[in-house]
Amino acid sequence: MLGIGKRDTTILLVVAFMALAAPIILNPFPANSAMAQFNAGYPDLMQRFVIFGIFAIGFNILFGLTGYLSFGHAAFLGAGSYAAVWMFKLLSFNVIPAVLLSIVVAALFSVLIGFISLRRSGIYFSILTLAFAQMSYNLAYSVLTPLTNGETGLQVYTSDPQYLRGEGDPIVTHLFGLEMRAKETLELGPWAFDFSVGYYFCAILMLISFYISIRIFRSPFGLMLRAVKSNNHRLSYTGLNSRPYALTAFIISGAYAGLAGGLLAAMDPLAGAERMQWTASGEVVLMTILGGAGTLIGPVLGAGFIKYCENIFSKINENVLHSWFAALPDGLETGLVWVASKFVGEGWHLTLGLMFMLVVIFLPGGLVEGGQRIGRALRRRRGQDEPGRSAAKEPAE
Amino acid sequence: MGILEVKGVNKNFGGLKALQDVNLSVQEGTVHAIIGPNGAGKSTLLNVLVGKLRPDTGSVMFDGKSVLGRKPHEINQMGISRVFQTPEIFTDLSVLENVLIPCFARRDGAFRMHAFESVAHEGTINEEAEQILADVNMADKRNLHAGSLSRGDKRRLEMAMCLVQQPKLLLLDEPTAGMARADTNNTIDLLKEIKETRPITMAIIEHDMHVVFSLAERITVLAQGTPLVEDTPENIKGHPKVREAYLGEAQV
Ligand SMILES: Nc1ncnc2c1ncn2[C@@H]1O[C@H](COP(=O)(O)OP(=O)(O)OP(=O)(O)O)[C@@H](O)[C@H]1O
Ligand SMILES: [Mg+2]
Repeated sequence: MLGIGKRDTTILLVVAFMALAAPIILNPFPANSAMAQFNAGYPDLMQRFVIFGIFAIGFNILFGLTGYLSFGHAAFLGAGSYAAVWMFKLLSFNVIPAVLLSIVVAALFSVLIGFISLRRSGIYFSILTLAFAQMSYNLAYSVLTPLTNGETGLQVYTSDPQYLRGEGDPIVTHLFGLEMRAKETLELGPWAFDFSVGYYFCAILMLISFYISIRIFRSPFGLMLRAVKSNNHRLSYTGLNSRPYALTAFIISGAYAGLAGGLLAAMDPLAGAERMQWTASGEVVLMTILGGAGTLIGPVLGAGFIKYCENIFSKINENVLHSWFAALPDGLETGLVWVASKFVGEGWHLTLGLMFMLVVIFLPGGLVEGGQRIGRALRRRRGQDEPGRSAAKEPAE
Repeated sequence: MGILEVKGVNKNFGGLKALQDVNLSVQEGTVHAIIGPNGAGKSTLLNVLVGKLRPDTGSVMFDGKSVLGRKPHEINQMGISRVFQTPEIFTDLSVLENVLIPCFARRDGAFRMHAFESVAHEGTINEEAEQILADVNMADKRNLHAGSLSRGDKRRLEMAMCLVQQPKLLLLDEPTAGMARADTNNTIDLLKEIKETRPITMAIIEHDMHVVFSLAERITVLAQGTPLVEDTPENIKGHPKVREAYLGEAQV
């Protein structure tokens, strides 16, 4: 189906189902229950899941396939956001031109940075990308203030021209009149599910991005990218020029980052320099590795996982902890809360760091490898029941 | 004029003269062996031919065109493929994918953006790849990780990757090192068959004299970076200078 193999079609359908049913799946707890804080099915958070999913899917095309580890992809995310907000300022609040321009601007920007950075490989490449991104961040913060509105961040003012704005157009971001913030709430007994326009707009773009990445993975081009990672020498003595392959992968991943940045602005028409900071570049690296670099679904999982944990862990504060440990003797309670509080709220990055270390040490293939191990263990158990079935050794996907 | 003409090539590494005034002419359609003791400069000479090293002086003409100053991938696209002394394969990819890559390189050139076609749907390319794997007796290993192969299998795979490109000139750097006797004989048979069925020129570096005398039509003896003699296998066997420089140590 759709020109992809059976297995890939299954993966695509599973991701599509998860994305489309997310408002229900992610809200398993009744709205007023104590567990409701673990619900993740509200539009704002779900949008971040899929937007960062797009960012990570694109990053994986570069890092997962070619092995070139960029520490500067946030620059393209930021460039995409700025481009989108400029479209809102100049044309109208319609998200289509904004998203298109954010892709184009980020792609052009990545031609420049990629062309220079790819003159080196390994750690030198990483450092070059990092340097470029920090330069972009500083430029956005200071020198380019007329373009970026510096510290305040770029936003839309009523005085902006908005040349294409129609008479009755909404004054918030919209898709041909359909407001991004509009939502339908479905109440089923104590449960409440929000279906928002903004989320579905992002989710559909994520699915298209994911489908394109499947096609790239299975194409001759994708094969060459994996060959670049595996043995660049052999590739050149086989008559292939690795430079344009790596550069194309770089541009594609830059364009994905631009799309993600554009969507962030489409959900909230604001762009600040901090979006380009190195922590943002590092985050997409973490997402990709945590989920499973070089696998199809890993980056999506990694993005969802990190954004979910960020949301949950950073919401927990000392009061919540006290209520959890209330049953314990006083001294013990205070001690436990003191320890636990270091890992939640502001300190949630500590938890992220720990999780990342555990995954890299015990599951170098990321969450996907974890899933595969569980699957293999289950199959082995079933294999004992029906002898004659042996697991064929295949290269990891 | 041979298909490959090396003239007056010198290459120094610091003070070490790895190649000194090397002249070599390989005739089209022949198998030319280059032998010599360890450190004689044999691999260095191949490195010059494939663009890995640039000689200090001299010229290298292939098929009437100079290869000097060209990038490795350009030289390969001119028709020179090389099997390395330590196998260079794509260890993270499957055996089949390893041979698919040179198939694409031959059809599509050094760069082609085929990002939406599916590898699995490339009928002819897949047939070619399967065929060459069958030719080198590796069809049953097509789905294995190339990195997990034995040294001998890695070598055979690398040879398949070069052969499937149908190069005009095939450079083989000790193609049977690390192979079991049976595999060595299979390799000799394979190379003989290739030579009979296709218009191909081969330059082969080998320490195994059995392989050399089974295949070569001309032999160049290299010692300390300089060619000592070039002659037919029969004459080389009896050559006193060669015995002294090289064959004295080895069993003929
Ligand atoms: N890149 C290099 N830098 C410095 N010295 C080198 C380099 N490559 C080769 N040499 C030196 O040049 C000399 C010739 O090496 P080469 O590898 O060509 O020998 P060889 O004839 O292939 O030997 P063997 O039979 O052991 O493979 C050796 O002394 C080697 O140490
Ligand atoms: Mg050598």
